[in-house]
Amino acid sequence: MENKETLGSFVLRNILPILTVVFGLFVIWYASAVYLNSNWAYDKAKRANVELSFGAMVSDTMVQEKPRLPPPHQVGAEIWKTTGAMVQRGRAFSKRSLIYHGWITLSSTVLGFVFGTGLGILLAVAIVHSRAMDMSVMPWVIASQTIPILAIAPMIVVVLASAQVDDLIAKGVISMYLSFFPVVVGMVKGLRSPDHMQMDQMRTWNASKSQMFWRLRLPASTPFLFASLKVGIAASLIGAVVAELSLSQDGGLGARMLVGSYYGQTIQIWSALIAAATLAALMVAVIGVVQSSTLKKMGMAQ
Amino acid sequence: MIWINGVLIFWAVAWFINVRLAALRPSRFTAFFVPALFGITLLLLWEGVVRGFEISPVLLPPPSAIGVTFSQNIPTLWGDFVQTFVKGALSGYFIGCSAAILTAIAVDRSPFLQRGLLPVGNFVAALPIIGLAPIMVMWFGFDWHSKAAVVVAMVFFPVLVNTVQGLQASDAMQRDLMRTYGASYPQALMRLRLPAAMPFIFNGLKIATTLALIGAIVAEFFGSPIRGMGFRISTEVGRLSLDMVWAEITVAALAGSAFYGGVALIEKSVTFWHPSQRRAR
Repeated sequence: MENKETLGSFVLRNILPILTVVFGLFVIWYASAVYLNSNWAYDKAKRANVELSFGAMVSDTMVQEKPRLPPPHQVGAEIWKTTGAMVQRGRAFSKRSLIYHGWITLSSTVLGFVFGTGLGILLAVAIVHSRAMDMSVMPWVIASQTIPILAIAPMIVVVLASAQVDDLIAKGVISMYLSFFPVVVGMVKGLRSPDHMQMDQMRTWNASKSQMFWRLRLPASTPFLFASLKVGIAASLIGAVVAELSLSQDGGLGARMLVGSYYGQTIQIWSALIAAATLAALMVAVIGVVQSSTLKKMGMAQ
Repeated sequence: MIWINGVLIFWAVAWFINVRLAALRPSRFTAFFVPALFGITLLLLWEGVVRGFEISPVLLPPPSAIGVTFSQNIPTLWGDFVQTFVKGALSGYFIGCSAAILTAIAVDRSPFLQRGLLPVGNFVAALPIIGLAPIMVMWFGFDWHSKAAVVVAMVFFPVLVNTVQGLQASDAMQRDLMRTYGASYPQALMRLRLPAAMPFIFNGLKIATTLALIGAIVAEFFGSPIRGMGFRISTEVGRLSLDMVWAEITVAALAGSAFYGGVALIEKSVTFWHPSQRRAR
């Protein structure tokens, strides 16, 4: 945003279009809910031998117990019932609350993310400093991105569980695997981002390799690091959710989805899905805040 | 013990060769040979560790056992491949990508919608869309249709965001030139802005290849007919025959790399003019 721009024009230029698109998505959501749930409403009316007017049909599609597509307000009500309402009754961590399940997902996500990021940075440093590492490992890192790694999640979970590894760690390993690659690729790019002029400048100051790393390469790589952290944490969460499909006895948002799909509880699936989406958005936002404050302090903010 | 020592020695020798080769002037031979030797070393290391420490094949089968299982089960693996990749992933990929590109072109004339769509699309692209899988299975049944639907949902937003960005990639000078030629909107779109958008579109298409396979496989965990890669993985894990799981993973890896490579090849021929595609001399 330019300095001269007033708040009003900022809202007009940026917020209003987003709100319009979001509003459009909600309209599509409601319309599809009416369309997809209407069959059940007509069926019910037929069995009860009543003629169903259009208005009555629409209002019925909004309040079904197991709709094919729950309308937004039903999902919202379910989310409130399993979060806010439970907090009010002081049972925020009961097994039926989304906060409890979200917490389980969050913990394995963050565990995997931290380890994946750490390993990724270490590998990137090794790759940048050793030509042999670069030439032998880097093609495999890139190739491995084309492989559907998530498919092996159930196997990793079962194998680690039978090797007596804690469930949390088993789930964390999958998140780690998924957040590892974006960080390696981004950090290699970032650590290589100082140009010839800057490197030559360091050399004229007779900087050692470690000085060059700490004073030039590492600071220069921060913007790249944050960009890949955002990708990594989102991937991490997906890994945790998929891992929970195989370890559903421990709970978690993925387990809620699986249980919901067994019993046809569409509202439960959607609320778990929205909760996972909110979690992802929150984590990306947290990294975004850290990013902008760090870059501002380093004098790199755009 | 002999396995461990042998493998360690091979590792040391291979690493020494690689360090030597990497110090040479880079050529096509080293660019291929160094990573290949590294990959072979990893496989041998795996084999040696499994045999040397006598790890139970229930935990980690050696690569040789996986290879044997692979060659013995080719008909099954082929059936799974057709079910998951050709029917589920590919059809979903085509529907999702073309829908995304058409949507991007449709909103192209409205900068207002674009400004709204970009942040929302970026946001949705970061969400765990894979969670839609149980819902799609409920809507479209157990067969490949539900898998294709998951794939459509997964690939749509990354491709949409990239295409919208790509359509803005041509610069003002080029667009002004088109205007001085008196080009109509469709002409400018077809001759300038779509070609200029191609690197971005292909970036999205390449991201989408991996997503498509992941979506098709994971959706099968929620219910599928008695064939398919995801089905095979989850049932064989339950029966603890991990060599079959690894064979299936090999298929997934081969299919994923081939899919990505194929799209990259098309990209090369379509965007031959782009700096990133020019051959380094």
